[in-house]
Amino acid sequence: MPDLTKANDKFSPYGRELDSRLLLGTAMYPSPDILRQSVEASQAGIVTVSLRRESARKQTGQGFWDLVKKLGVDVLPNTAGCHTAKEAITTALMARELFDTKWIKLEVIANDDTLQPDLFGLVEAARELCSQGFEVFPYTTEDLGAADRLLEAGCEILMPWGAPIGSGRGLNNIFALETMRNYYPEIPLVIDAGIGAPSHAALAMEMGYDAVLLNTAVAKAAAPVVMAQAFAIAIDAGRKARRAGLMEQRDMASPSSPVVGTPSFHFSES
Amino acid sequence: MTPQKIVVLGAGITGLWQAYILSQRGHDVTLVEQGNTAFNRAASAVAGAMLAPWCEGEAAEPAIQELGLRSIQLWKEVFGGVKQNGTLVIAQPRDRNELKRFAAMTQNFKTVDEAAISQLEPVLEGRYRTGLYYPEEAHMQPVEAMNQMVQLLMAGGAKIIWNCRDIGDLPNHDLLLDCRGMAAKDELKTLRGVRGELLVVQSEEISLSRPVRLLHPRFPLYVVPWSGNRFMIGATVLESEENGAVTVRSALELLGMAYALHPSFGEAEILSFRANVRPAFPDNIPKIIRQEKRLYVNGIFRHGFLNAPALAVMVADYLETGRHPGEMYKDVFVEDNGQW
Repeated sequence: MPDLTKANDKFSPYGRELDSRLLLGTAMYPSPDILRQSVEASQAGIVTVSLRRESARKQTGQGFWDLVKKLGVDVLPNTAGCHTAKEAITTALMARELFDTKWIKLEVIANDDTLQPDLFGLVEAARELCSQGFEVFPYTTEDLGAADRLLEAGCEILMPWGAPIGSGRGLNNIFALETMRNYYPEIPLVIDAGIGAPSHAALAMEMGYDAVLLNTAVAKAAAPVVMAQAFAIAIDAGRKARRAGLMEQRDMASPSSPVVGTPSFHFSES
Repeated sequence: MTPQKIVVLGAGITGLWQAYILSQRGHDVTLVEQGNTAFNRAASAVAGAMLAPWCEGEAAEPAIQELGLRSIQLWKEVFGGVKQNGTLVIAQPRDRNELKRFAAMTQNFKTVDEAAISQLEPVLEGRYRTGLYYPEEAHMQPVEAMNQMVQLLMAGGAKIIWNCRDIGDLPNHDLLLDCRGMAAKDELKTLRGVRGELLVVQSEEISLSRPVRLLHPRFPLYVVPWSGNRFMIGATVLESEENGAVTVRSALELLGMAYALHPSFGEAEILSFRANVRPAFPDNIPKIIRQEKRLYVNGIFRHGFLNAPALAVMVADYLETGRHPGEMYKDVFVEDNGQW
């Protein structure tokens, strides 16, 4: 039997060892207080926070950022809403100063309606930021070509989408996500965006993804704190299942317990 | 009850109501404001002035809703400009799930179909197939309401000191009621600013009888009809203490959504863009914070018009009875142990 104690099962983005496999966004909660309670209930190891560039420049978001810093978990600033590599790089530089971290969740958005990543801008920005010493968490798609370029650029983690940001549609392209997992068995992979239900998160973990990142599903729940708990449980369940070894599917029914008193027989004899 | 000498600091919506109710109850009230008018630099000047306790229930705590229910009654008693025509909530067809979510999280509404919507607001005829109607909600024009409150105050014998630059030099008082909003941030360290932006437009082509809320996953919008064919269109909610003018991005979002609500807004004239910073505590619940000779009433967030009247009654009742308003308001009426 393999040793499946939790002690040796860490999620380690850029060498930072974390017990939790949930990254939680900090936007759209009814109040900062409910955000704080949700983060506690979710046991998230990392929270993401987005900077509006204008408020970053004048530091007028300080009130909220101070609350985020006080959550007591690692902060991963992101470049949400940036449409070019240049904007994303500028935002990353401001984020580094404000949050005193090398981490950046890199988003370069191609299209305002679908919020899908602009893979070309993403790779360009990742190259520049990695060369400047950032530890980049790129929000990408399942595209393996782009993934290779991001790894070449120096990214040590990849964050493919499950579905468009905020859509809550779960894992849209299971086949491609499985391919990606199999293609990069050693690279930490995080499902970023599209998770709508704890079952989606559990499935991602069963598929061997290292972590999930989500926001809307908790923030917009009728009871965010309870939903945060539900995700913590689902992620734990999915991860345990992955490590325990899921059974292979069979085409045929197989009774799990013999029925007492009924003689067993073989089809070949009938 | 012995009448007290009370100084109220700040003529925003919170301070006006505190001063009004306390002078009604027989106290000797002086309202002190640093500007030369009410709402001078207050967040109240940039208010939707909707009394929408059920719609706000989508994200607000029950205490805020309760205070809102009491406040509707108080507003109706003092101001004839309160229009209780309800609220209509709609969404574009692609955002119909937003409507489902809103319905699941709120109460006291009727689901309305296309015919009912066009009966309520003929200008929307043929544009929206389904909506939610909150019949008991109300709205008003904030500046008209403010003028009314100032007049009532003066008629009731309260004193008002305008242009007070130094609050270290106040008239003698038994109790100080500090309603300064963001100006009290140095003393209330957990207070933060939440920026709100809105615009006012004028259009002859559109006529609405009640606030209309257009739900959207990214840019929810409300439109409040004012007199003179004017419409208040708002509002952003940004975690920022920036007090500057409305940004291009916010303007685009607000205008784009207004245009989506009804294309005639495309022809409307823009009268003004306004931005301000609303005071909020981490739980976004307003607070009456009790010290020995001072009460802070602050953190009213986006619920100034909705909560200020009931908060004033709560303070007045407390001064008379010395009793806490009860479990429902445990996060509203709080002691000061230095945690705020």
